[in-house]
Amino acid sequence: MDKDGKYEITNTGKKCTYNGRAGKCFGKAMTELCLAAAALFMVSPVLFLVTGSLMGDGEAKAYLGPVLFDAEGFATWRLLPRYPTLRNVVGLLLDSPEFFTMFWNTMKLSTATIVGQLVFAVPGAWGLARYEFPGRKLIYKLYVILMLLPFQVVMLPEYLVLDRLGLIDTLAAIVLPAVFSTFSVFLMYRFFTEIPEEIICAARVDGAGELQICVWIGLPLGASGIFSALFLQFLECCSMIEQPVAFLKEKTAWPLALYLPEIDASQVGLAFTASLAALLAPLLLFWMGKDYLEAGITAAALKE
Amino acid sequence: MRKLRKRSICILRNKLSKRQLAGMLFVLPGFSGVLVFCLIPFGDVVRRSVVRSDGSFCGLMNYKTVLSNEAFLLAARNTLRFTAVCIPLLFVIAFALALLLGQAGARAKWYKSALLVPFAVPAASVALLWRVLFDTKGLINGALAAFGRAGVDWMNTGNAFYVLVGSYLWKNTGYVVLLFLAALAQIPQTIYEAARMDGAGRMACFRYITLPGIRCASYTILVISLLNSFKVFREAYLVAGSYPQEDIYLLQHVFNNWFVRMDVGKMSAGAVLLALVIGACIGGLQRLWQGKEA
Repeated sequence: MDKDGKYEITNTGKKCTYNGRAGKCFGKAMTELCLAAAALFMVSPVLFLVTGSLMGDGEAKAYLGPVLFDAEGFATWRLLPRYPTLRNVVGLLLDSPEFFTMFWNTMKLSTATIVGQLVFAVPGAWGLARYEFPGRKLIYKLYVILMLLPFQVVMLPEYLVLDRLGLIDTLAAIVLPAVFSTFSVFLMYRFFTEIPEEIICAARVDGAGELQICVWIGLPLGASGIFSALFLQFLECCSMIEQPVAFLKEKTAWPLALYLPEIDASQVGLAFTASLAALLAPLLLFWMGKDYLEAGITAAALKE
Repeated sequence: MRKLRKRSICILRNKLSKRQLAGMLFVLPGFSGVLVFCLIPFGDVVRRSVVRSDGSFCGLMNYKTVLSNEAFLLAARNTLRFTAVCIPLLFVIAFALALLLGQAGARAKWYKSALLVPFAVPAASVALLWRVLFDTKGLINGALAAFGRAGVDWMNTGNAFYVLVGSYLWKNTGYVVLLFLAALAQIPQTIYEAARMDGAGRMACFRYITLPGIRCASYTILVISLLNSFKVFREAYLVAGSYPQEDIYLLQHVFNNWFVRMDVGKMSAGAVLLALVIGACIGGLQRLWQGKEA
């Protein structure tokens, strides 16, 4: 917001000290305080997980005993572990084969979904955004409606199809419907429509074919839209609960998100570390791609 | 000359149809997937909603069963109440934060990222924390006890509802703040400058420029918030299972439980009803927004 300088005139730090108006300084301090408090509140669960994974099993059990084993008193917590250790991390990496299976399930599922969307959603969005053909508006409207339906509405229809195709209990049961999720098409569409028509006309005059235009103009110029749509899809894949619960009865196909609640109280250290590990990939990607994410979220909201 | 023109029109037409064809070819693969995994099966569900399990036509019987089903009614009420409480709260909090962020200067970027973190955190990762916080012997009750207050039973009383509201707010506020920031950035600065020249105060600017300026975007924001409000089921399911305290027994739970029992008739009718209600809501909102604009 600082870019457009809406509040700059009244709120640059210099002015504040210059004319020494206590009220304004106080207001600024309050703003900072509120924002800092909100930010801390938002990230505190992550901090909780970090602390928990660096804590020994014994220490965590001592603090959380009342919750986990119905011990006397109330649960307590520390900001920093008294005896920090990496034993949980080692334990998770070496002694928990289920974790690995399910971690890889999540990774396979997300990667397959994203590749699938690159193949199907990107051209789809490009076609909808840049071409006129009969039925285009209808398809676009349909996509928007489908995007708004919650999973519970399409759960039964999807199940019936997947069952008929014999895909229940395989990762494909999660991947295929996700590949054709229309939210990504919608988001990329927004970005593709912003490419100026002149560029495409110029390419056509120079003799570029339609496919060439899509690959050499559409992809690079719509890259930020594609990235942000795929990124949002990746986050969605990492936190899916409803779909795997409905379509995967076989534990070997479960993603990580279903494994976490299964870890029992006696392994609380492991539970912490596994939760943190499940969060690591999305969080890392979030950190690297937060500009794209912002652009994507924003693109969905602006204009009609 | 005329011939030439005719020919060129012909070529133009030919090209156009070629282009149309290209567009269709781009859309077709994805659309056929949507057709196979969504549209055709949904049509099938509409059909199943008016037949008995043996396949004979039964009119609106399934709908009657669903609408007189107590679990469904309770869940519908709860879902409605949840949205009615959450969305206004979310809007007020997120809008206030967006306004504050607008004044934060250089640090705004950091705050923005921090606010968005919950959006990247998978629901399953925080389920453990929810348990530890809201258990009867959990951290919050521990803190209350330290101040000499009596503990509260969070998950087995009506309080569960507010816990769920809290978790929805935690997860979605950052996202909505971002949307509001984008909407605010779209208001041209010149309008503010002109208003200030004319002697408008900050309140007047806010009332007559900022609020009308975000009206259009707030429709999309509302729709997206509604969309995400259905995902709160994840937290509810992970923390409280298939049959939670009755105040947080949502439509999603009903559908899930019907699904487990493969109650196809009820599910089909329920799915059609839900789709209709959502469609009507969104259509109504759209009409409302456009109507005001005119």
